Amino acid sequence: MKKELLFITVIGEDKKGIVAKVSDFLYRNDINIEDINQRIMGDGYFVMTMLVDIKTALIPMEKITEGLEKIGQSLELRIQLQHENIFKMMHRV
Amino acid sequence: MTISVEEVYETASMILYQNLDIRTTTLGINLKDCIDSDFGAFRKKVYKKIHSHAVQLVAQAKILEMKYGIPIANKRVSVTPVSLIMESHCEKNKFIEMAQTLDKAAADAGIDFIGGFGALVQKGMTRSDRMLIDMLPDVLSQTGRVCSFLNVGSNVAGLNLDAVNRLGAMLHQTAVKSENAIGCAKFVVFVNAPEDNPFMAGAFHGVGEGDITLNIGISGPGVVKTVVAQNRECDLTKLSEVIKRTVFKITRAGELIGRELAAALNIPFGIVDISLASTTAAGDSVANVIEAFGIERIGAHGSTLAVALLMDAVKKGGAMASGNVGGLSGTFIPVSEDEGMIEAVQAGALSLDKLEALTSVCSVGLDMFAIPGDTPEETINAIIADELAIGIINNKTTAVRVIPVPGKKAGDTVVFGGLLGTAPVMPVNRFSSKNFLKRGGRLPAPITSMRN
Repeated sequence: MKKELLFITVIGEDKKGIVAKVSDFLYRNDINIEDINQRIMGDGYFVMTMLVDIKTALIPMEKITEGLEKIGQSLELRIQLQHENIFKMMHRV
Repeated sequence: MTISVEEVYETASMILYQNLDIRTTTLGINLKDCIDSDFGAFRKKVYKKIHSHAVQLVAQAKILEMKYGIPIANKRVSVTPVSLIMESHCEKNKFIEMAQTLDKAAADAGIDFIGGFGALVQKGMTRSDRMLIDMLPDVLSQTGRVCSFLNVGSNVAGLNLDAVNRLGAMLHQTAVKSENAIGCAKFVVFVNAPEDNPFMAGAFHGVGEGDITLNIGISGPGVVKTVVAQNRECDLTKLSEVIKRTVFKITRAGELIGRELAAALNIPFGIVDISLASTTAAGDSVANVIEAFGIERIGAHGSTLAVALLMDAVKKGGAMASGNVGGLSGTFIPVSEDEGMIEAVQAGALSLDKLEALTSVCSVGLDMFAIPGDTPEETINAIIADELAIGIINNKTTAVRVIPVPGKKAGDTVVFGGLLGTAPVMPVNRFSSKNFLKRGGRLPAPITSMRN
């Protein structure tokens, strides 16, 4: 089955429980994490990216975005969900 | 082909912190097939065609916003120049009724502006063209969403001064009839008007276009400003290079959204317009980009060079990113919609004369600037004619969107609100060119050899 890959980007201050809360939410909704990376950027921001496959997700994309936004608010972080195509278009010729 | 954390972060920050958005998705709709000898049936067909497509545009744009996490700021419609479809219904009240039909179709579909209530008069005017111009003060003051344009010249036709000479009086009347002179903000006069421009107020669906097409306008002054600010010490060649790379990326985002949106609507994808367009939002200012170059305020000596560099880099980056670059594609420097431009005028750094100079290297022209309400109509015509002459001689599009504000004098401020912003009233030259302008006629098309 063809995958439908999206990037979750978490931006803010590093703190305990970010990976736990996000991955718990994804697990409960049957969303597989394909890849996960994190880095402290030059400007001091903590950034974590997760590549996830939503093909088998139990909820539609707007509900995933909503759920992630709630987690973002509870942890005082910005969380973005974007289809991988936009990154491929912008960063690969 | 993995995407690195840095790349994901760069894209996410452009959207979250630097105001990157798809500035406009504009559906170009041909109305020629709606013409009917029964005016009631004609209006019904126009309403139905616009409304049915525009509703789909709004719905599909929302889906893509969600998918890519990028805001699509405006959903708009441009139509066949209205004077053309009204040739056989050339009566004053019918022009008003047609404008109301367009206004209602847009409003009912959730579209904020609909462009194309205009005419192509670069060589001459038909009865319908003249009537449309005469009716503009009523149309622009009685409708909320209808935008108007005139193309009064081109490289191959020259400049139709007789058409220009009608505009000062028309703009005065429009200003008086509409609150805060706001009607004037919905009218643009062009030379070399592109037929696929997605940006309002000058968008129209050209006669050389197909039945329906989707055009996209990208933006991103905030993104370009950030990259310029990160490169404070580099020379001009490097500066051009970093701008090119950034514009390449944002144009690719526009191309992606445009293609997918067109496919979802089952219509052909037209063009990506790669103009940097300011908004009233903080940090979304082209003037701030120029200031990040190292110019204290836009308008200072050196600004023309800076704008030239910016324009050229934007075009090169955009052209590499998309095979469908079109529209105006460059850099807009509207006064009222750009906080840096407003501040520059208020600080005395930017005059109307310097603004005119900047437009010789920059699209699209003198945009969204207010002048005193008692400016003689001939002076308004002359301001327009000067700007348009720059376009004709230099083989480029130029345009004017001027607002003579009743009761206001130089130094006052007019608040339009919303997308249209705040305009400091700029002084105009007090000497007259009336006797020159009243000669009328047409500036002959320029010679295209011997270009120095």
